[in-house]
Amino acid sequence: MSIAAKANALWAYANPKKFLATTERVLPFFWASAAISLVVGLVWGFFFTPDDYKQGSTVKIIYLHVPAALMAINAWLMMLVTSLVWLVRRHHVSALAARAAAPVGIVMTLIALATGAIWGQPMWGTWWAWDPRLTSFLILFLFYLGYVALWEAIENPDTAADLTSVLCLVGSVFALLSRYAVNFWNQGLHQGASLSLDKEENVADVFFFPLLVCIAGFVLLFIALVFYRTGTEIRARRIKALLARERVGS
Amino acid sequence: MTALLLRDLRLAFRAGGGFGLGLAFFLIVTVLVPFAVGPQSALLSTIAPGVLWLGALLACLLSLDRLLALDWEDGSLDLLATAPLPLESVVTIKALAHWITTGLPLVLAAPFLGVLLNLAPPGFLWLVVSLLVGTPALSVVGTFGAALTVGLKRGGLLLSLLVLPLYVPTLIFGAEVARRGAVGMETATPLLFLGGITAACIALLPFASAAVLRVNLR
Amino acid sequence: MTLTVTDLAIARGGVPVLEGLSFTLAPGRALILRGPNGIGKTTLLRTVAGLQPPLAGRVEGAEETIAYAGHADGIKPPLTVTENLKFWAQVFGTGDIAPALKAFALTDLADRQAGNLSAGQKRRLGLARMLVTGRPIWALDEPTVSLDRDSVAMFAAAVRAHLGQGGAALIATHIDLGLEGEVLDVGPYKARPRPVEDFDGGFL
Repeated sequence: MSIAAKANALWAYANPKKFLATTERVLPFFWASAAISLVVGLVWGFFFTPDDYKQGSTVKIIYLHVPAALMAINAWLMMLVTSLVWLVRRHHVSALAARAAAPVGIVMTLIALATGAIWGQPMWGTWWAWDPRLTSFLILFLFYLGYVALWEAIENPDTAADLTSVLCLVGSVFALLSRYAVNFWNQGLHQGASLSLDKEENVADVFFFPLLVCIAGFVLLFIALVFYRTGTEIRARRIKALLARERVGS
Repeated sequence: MTALLLRDLRLAFRAGGGFGLGLAFFLIVTVLVPFAVGPQSALLSTIAPGVLWLGALLACLLSLDRLLALDWEDGSLDLLATAPLPLESVVTIKALAHWITTGLPLVLAAPFLGVLLNLAPPGFLWLVVSLLVGTPALSVVGTFGAALTVGLKRGGLLLSLLVLPLYVPTLIFGAEVARRGAVGMETATPLLFLGGITAACIALLPFASAAVLRVNLR
Repeated sequence: MTLTVTDLAIARGGVPVLEGLSFTLAPGRALILRGPNGIGKTTLLRTVAGLQPPLAGRVEGAEETIAYAGHADGIKPPLTVTENLKFWAQVFGTGDIAPALKAFALTDLADRQAGNLSAGQKRRLGLARMLVTGRPIWALDEPTVSLDRDSVAMFAAAVRAHLGQGGAALIATHIDLGLEGEVLDVGPYKARPRPVEDFDGGFL
């Protein structure tokens, strides 16, 4: 199959019916694999890794903190992509997927912030510090709130999809700007990135492998939640359309 | 285009409320700060640049929900959308009118309020410069927020929720310029960032504002 | 400057209201739109004026030629009648507002604040705006609301003069204005409800 044909095949899932049928088939697999990798990753990480020589057992919160923080950002990126798809190709499923991902992103941001605070207390002696990373996540949280509030406030679903998509685009640019502004504003306490492609800086292997499993678990969980919630949004949208038709028919 | 600007200015002057309201709000917020944090002049002097920037930002926010809502309610926006003037120009001029009636008076009033907060002498110049460079971005970003929420009943609160996160970069760099200026540090870097953000907002955001306005009009 | 509408389908609030609508409007002609409330006359006029995109079909010859007047007149109460009208004249790049004031008997009210006008006078000011746009096609939505009999005659005369100069008018109204022109009943073009199971692609 050529690349163009493959791309066309992908667009077929923009059809709500096809999307529902397919996700219903694959969802059990995603739920199951998310559960397995989360259980394996967390048990492995919590009980079968040594304590850090500096941070003691508190380091183990990394298995929640890092995957949640990753997904908080990835969820916004996914919303950015699906918003663009909606604006360019007008596929309803795309806009609804963005809507479905937002609350998941909020929860991930909250988990990252909360675990960060719990980790920060013993390490830095404070629950909260205006460290650039923490601050950036707080700002990301505000962007999520505005995005969800705009979806909720607008009656007409297509108008809501258009406006939230533009907000997501503009918000992405400003979120990135805020990130650099915050870095400039305060150099922080936060340790360097736990993960990077440059192997020298990474956390030790004993912590690294269970962390990878946890990240995989969070990714799978995110996909499952978004598929599930998009399905719900599609059905809600159908009900709305049916009610509107009924109103017009009478 | 001049016609629209003149009309908006004339409306702002004649309708009373809109013009002085932001200024009065700025004054009151500034006066309330010493009551909240205490009258020690050293403390006030330290926080003055930030408080003045925050006050100016909130005063700007206050008048945003009237920016497009009045034209929406009386049908002017429909008529402007069918006029030869592109909507991108309309929103730019609206933002400019908002800046002239809200932002500029705030810039001019800020030094006097700086006296109330015991702002350090070298800070006055940088406060005015940073506000002069930064407040246009506040108006342009605010116009985008107003365009997003124009069709909504009780859009005011939502408008604040949407606009305030977008104000973060401007506030950080603007207040940084004023703060560094007040203690005699170099201000060029944050000032350049601030100017860059303002220029980019003015150049790009009107397209987004016009796009969402078109969506809201249909 | 002929306005051509081909196989147009339009939606309001995400629900199709009219479909399969075609008509042409030649210079010098008027087209009166009729139909019960809620059928989609306002939506049709807004679509033709370019304020909202059609679901399907084409509108040709409307670009930069239509002056639209909806239910709201876009009048600013703090400004005087002259200032209101002059503003629109400047926006549309035309000059003299005196003929427009005269055509709708507003000359005596020229310096009055628009906020102090009666409902009918405001409406006349809103309609006088059409004259200063200099656009050939007028799209009017219930223009005679709150006008008395003399004012309706004034309006009909203005439309007739506009048609006489080679203009055209698309008017949704229930009053007989005594104009030369066809009547289009949009009732038969009401969109048929689609089958419940048909949700492929969209949600309309």
